[in-house]
Order: sequence, then C-alpha cells, then structure tokens
Amino acid sequence: MEFVTHHPVLVVSLIKIAIALFVVMTALAYLTWFERKVVARIQSRWGPYWVGPHGLLQPLADGIKFLFKEDIVPPAADKISYVLAPFLALALALTTLALIPIGPATITILGQPTQLVISHSSVALILLFAISSIGIYAVVLAGWSSNSKYPLMGGLRSSAQMISYEVSLTLSVVGVLLIAGSFDFYDIVGGQSGRWFHFLPKWHIIPQILGFICYLTAAIAETNRVPFDLPEAETELVAGFHTEYSSFKFAMFFMAEYANMITVSCLATLLFLGGWLSPFPATWHWQLYLPAAGLILAGIGLIVGGLRGVQLSAKLVFPVLGIVCLGVGYLCTFAAVMPVIQGPFWFIAKVFFLLFFYVWARGTLPRFRYDQLMSFGWKFLLPLSLINLVLTSLVVVLRLR
Amino acid sequence: MNIAMAVFIACSVMAIVGALALILAREPVHSALSLVLVMISLAILYLLLGAAFIAAIQILVYAGAIMVLFVFVIMLLNAGEEVRTNVSRLAKWVGLPLGIFFLLEMAYSLFHEFNGRAGAATGGTFGALVPASTEQLSMKLFTEFVLPFELTSILILIAVLGALVLAKRES
Amino acid sequence: MVPISYYLILSAVLFGLGVVAFVFKRNIITIFMAIELMLNAVNLAFVAFSREFNQLDGLIFVFFVIVVAAAEAAVGLAIVMVIARNRKSLNVEDVDLLKF
Repeated sequence: MEFVTHHPVLVVSLIKIAIALFVVMTALAYLTWFERKVVARIQSRWGPYWVGPHGLLQPLADGIKFLFKEDIVPPAADKISYVLAPFLALALALTTLALIPIGPATITILGQPTQLVISHSSVALILLFAISSIGIYAVVLAGWSSNSKYPLMGGLRSSAQMISYEVSLTLSVVGVLLIAGSFDFYDIVGGQSGRWFHFLPKWHIIPQILGFICYLTAAIAETNRVPFDLPEAETELVAGFHTEYSSFKFAMFFMAEYANMITVSCLATLLFLGGWLSPFPATWHWQLYLPAAGLILAGIGLIVGGLRGVQLSAKLVFPVLGIVCLGVGYLCTFAAVMPVIQGPFWFIAKVFFLLFFYVWARGTLPRFRYDQLMSFGWKFLLPLSLINLVLTSLVVVLRLR
Repeated sequence: MNIAMAVFIACSVMAIVGALALILAREPVHSALSLVLVMISLAILYLLLGAAFIAAIQILVYAGAIMVLFVFVIMLLNAGEEVRTNVSRLAKWVGLPLGIFFLLEMAYSLFHEFNGRAGAATGGTFGALVPASTEQLSMKLFTEFVLPFELTSILILIAVLGALVLAKRES
Repeated sequence: MVPISYYLILSAVLFGLGVVAFVFKRNIITIFMAIELMLNAVNLAFVAFSREFNQLDGLIFVFFVIVVAAAEAAVGLAIVMVIARNRKSLNVEDVDLLKF
C-alpha cells in the first residue's frame, strides 16, 4: 500500500490506462456491431439480429470464434516478422490513444489531481503522427512474411497507399497548427473556444474547411477503409496482406483497423470540430443537463423496447441495461459530476458522429482502382493540401500586420 | 538509480542490441528491422535529453519513411540470405581486442573530461530539465539557418528527380 | 541525471558498430544501412552536446542531417536498383568492373 503513497503519479496513470483500455476495447467490439447494423440498413436488410437481443452479443460470439479457430502458420513464413506484424499493428493503434484528451477538467483519483488524458505532452500532435507512421511496418511485414503472392502484393500496395496519403494528412493539419500556434491539444482546443457573431462557434472547421476535407479523405485512405480499401478487398486480392493470418492474429489486425479509425476520428474532433467544446453558447444553462437527459431517455427507451421485444433475451437484458442507464443519468445530475461530464459527453458525441460518417461512406461508395487511388493522392490531394497551407499562412501573416 | 538512468540504460542496451543484430542478422529484412529498433531507442534518448521535436521528427522521417523505403527496396529486389564473409583471422584475434581497448581509452578520456563540467546535463534534478521549445527551434531555423534550409529543399527536389530518372526502365 | 559522457560513449559504440558492419557486410543494402547507423550515432552526439551547452544549434544540425540522409537514401537506393538490374546480384564483390 505504501507503493501507492510513494508513487502516486504512476499508480494513477496505471488506473487511467486500465480504464482507457477497457473502454476502448469494448468500443472496438461494439463499433463492429454498429458498422454491420448501419451498412445493413443502408442495404435494406437487418444485419446481426439473432445472437442476443438485436445482435448485441455478436461481437462476443465473433471474439470467441476467433479465439477457438486453429492458428495456422504458413510453413515457409518468416517466423519473427509473421508474429511481430499483428502485435505491432494493435500495439501502435492503442498507444496513440494515450495522447488524446477527452475533457478539460481536472479530477482527483486516489487523492492525486489528474487531467482527463493519459499523457499530457506539449508535442502531442506530432508524436501521434510519429507513432502512427510506424504502423506502416506492420502492413508491409505482414505482407512479406506470409511468403505468398497475394499478401505480398496487397502489403506493398497497402503500405504504398498509406505512405502517399500520410503526406497529405500531415500537410492538411499544418493549417490548424498555424492558427493554433502549438502542438499541444489543450492549446488547440482552447483556441477554438469563443464565438463569432455570438452564435457561430470558433471551431477550426469553418476557416479550415478545405483542410478538413483533405484531412478526412486522407484519413480514410490512411486507415485503409472504403473507398480506398482495394488492398484488402475480398474481390481483388483475396484479403490482401492478412490473407494468411488466422484466428487471433487476424482478430488483432481487425481490431487495429478499427482502433486506427477511432484515433483518426478523435484527432479530427480535437483539431477541427472543437474537441470537448459545446456548440451551444455558455449562457444556455439547460445544456448542462444534456448528458443526464440523454442517458435517462436512452434508459427509458431501452426499458420500453426490451419489454416489447420478441426474444426472451431481449425481455431480460434490455430492461436491466435501461435501469443502469437511468442510474448513470441520475448520477450525472449531481453537482460534483456535472461539470466534469460535459467535456467527455460532447467529445464522445462528435467522435460518434465522425464514426457514423465513416460507416456511412462504407455503405455508400464504390472503391477506387489502385492507379486511380495513387494518382488521386499525389496529383489532387497533395496540391490541395499545399494550396490550403499557402492560403492559411497568407491569411495568418496578413492578420498579424 | 533514478528513473532517468534506468531509461537511459534500457534504451542504450536496446540500441546496442539492435546494432549487433544489424551485423549478425542473416536476412536483410531483419537487419532493417533492427535498425528501426535502434532509431526508436535513439528517439527515446532524444526525449530524455529534452529534444521532443527532434525525437518526433526522427521517428516520423527516419524510422517511418526512410527505413520503410529500405524495406520496400529489399522486398522488391528479393535480397536473399546474407553470405557469410570469411573474416580474416587478423581481424578477429587482433582487431577486436584493439577495438575494445581503443573504446575503453576513449571512454576514460570522455568521462574524465566531461564529468567535471557543471553542465546542464550533469546538474539539477530530473524535473529541472527545460525542454527545447519548437518555437525557439523554428525561429532559429528560419532566421539564422534560412540559407541551409532553402538549399536542403533544393537538395530534396534534386533527389526526387534523380531517383525518378535513375530507376526508370529503358523502354 | 545521466552525465553527458555516457551519451558520447554510446554514440561512439554505435558508430564503431556501424563501421564494422560497413566493412564486413557484402549486401549493398546492408552496407547502406550501416551508413544510416553511423549517421544516427552522430545525431546522438549532436543532441547530447546541444543539451550540454544549452544551445539549439545542435538540434538544427540534427534536423539537416536527417533531411540530407533522406535525400541520400532515395538516390542511393535508386542506384542500387539499377545495379541490381544490371549485374543481377546484390553482392558488392560482383560490382567490380569499371565498364562492361
């Protein structure tokens, strides 16, 4: 116990890491459920419905399936790289989440005041890009170490795509950096507080709309999602660089892709959408009750939907979940919790909106051919990001005079 | 043994192991991966020395782009296993002890010279290290060193053109 | 705190290992990687000295070394690809004709 008193910062960091990992892994699993449901509804069908109420236990079933499948290693594969690649992909995707703050408040855990971020760094933005640029090794190693044609082609194409769009990604963010003047996320979001004309929030999406479009396109290409997912599309290269992977290693690549998606969405909300800032003016005091109201409404909806449900599991599980939601919603009305919960509530709402946009794009758009993809990245998106950079620096210099 | 020393020892062991793996690996891809390990451990050492921006640039540019280029070329050229060189016996029996002796002598003289200085790296507590701010670095880069900066941008342009022209197939 | 001499000794060791790799390896690309290792060792010395004397010039130097290494790697690997195409081998001992 004296370990806790001698090293309070370390213990608090470990607690925050444990909570963040638990929340993120659950969010990953249910993001897959969400994607399957939304894509199914776009395609006029139901999606997962039978495994648990409304398919909510589908991620659990998928996880158990992945754990129990036979783990095949190709005989001529390079053992070190073959095993290293999925671990590297997942580890890097989860490490970037340590740099992302979800709220401005300072809470107290175990008597130690701490911020709502695992690691507050003054160069957090560029460290995040640095960590995600090592993720390219996971793809190229997975492709090469499988010792087979389709993974090699898929891996090389996928990593070439990731490198090309990484340049546009980094350049489209420089406009935001010029306006904000710092790499620290707290300063960037702090620069987005305040309003123009008393109602338009000063979020960076408004002056940097071109940068936002470039960033979103480059981010979709960087995370290998539709419409840029040719290297791992099933009709093209079997499954691309993770063809020869099975069971848990494939699950790790799968989780790494969704974790990258979450990281990129969090980065977009911090940089362009105002992070944890509310879109309503501060004088509207009723907005402080929004998290509580949202959770209570969700609780009531779950209870009513559960009692009206067809399956027995729905009748049992949903009302319990509804009561839990009601309880948490009531907790959010306490004076000690209410100011702290505002930041994370708006942050999570915006990230959720961006993730819905990702899934929406997946259900709607056809995919690019590989040469179209590369020429789009180099000949259109990169000049666009550069134009954005030049225009932004022009405006910043003229405003300084 | 404070935490700075522990991190330094861990990273330096990682760097030396990576450099040895570069020499002793049989496949070029493993050499490339161990060089990436060396670069990442050096980036952590830069962070320890207070140069956060340079550490991020090292990982972003060096480990994340240049070494990926190396790995691509190794895979495209299908570089097979390394052939073992016949190292001459003189190198093994005389060179290696001489090398180690030279290294110990250099270490002794470095230690002697720099331990007595009251420099910023030797004094103060761990928390008193003031990191180099990106703002100061960029002020220096764009005022005092603007000519080398422009020259390196021309250098990169020449390198891009040269690589494109050299690697083109005769058609 | 860690004395600067420790960083300089580590830099010297890495540089020496880079020289050993450069002299004793036969694959062109591995020799190239040994050059990058030597450049990294020099970068570490620069950063250590920049911290020691509290000046930012060392970090600027590191920045330029990284940029020049990138340009050199690009052109060098293009040359390596041409050599591999012509001599059909990545062994430096096979590149031994001045003109053919």
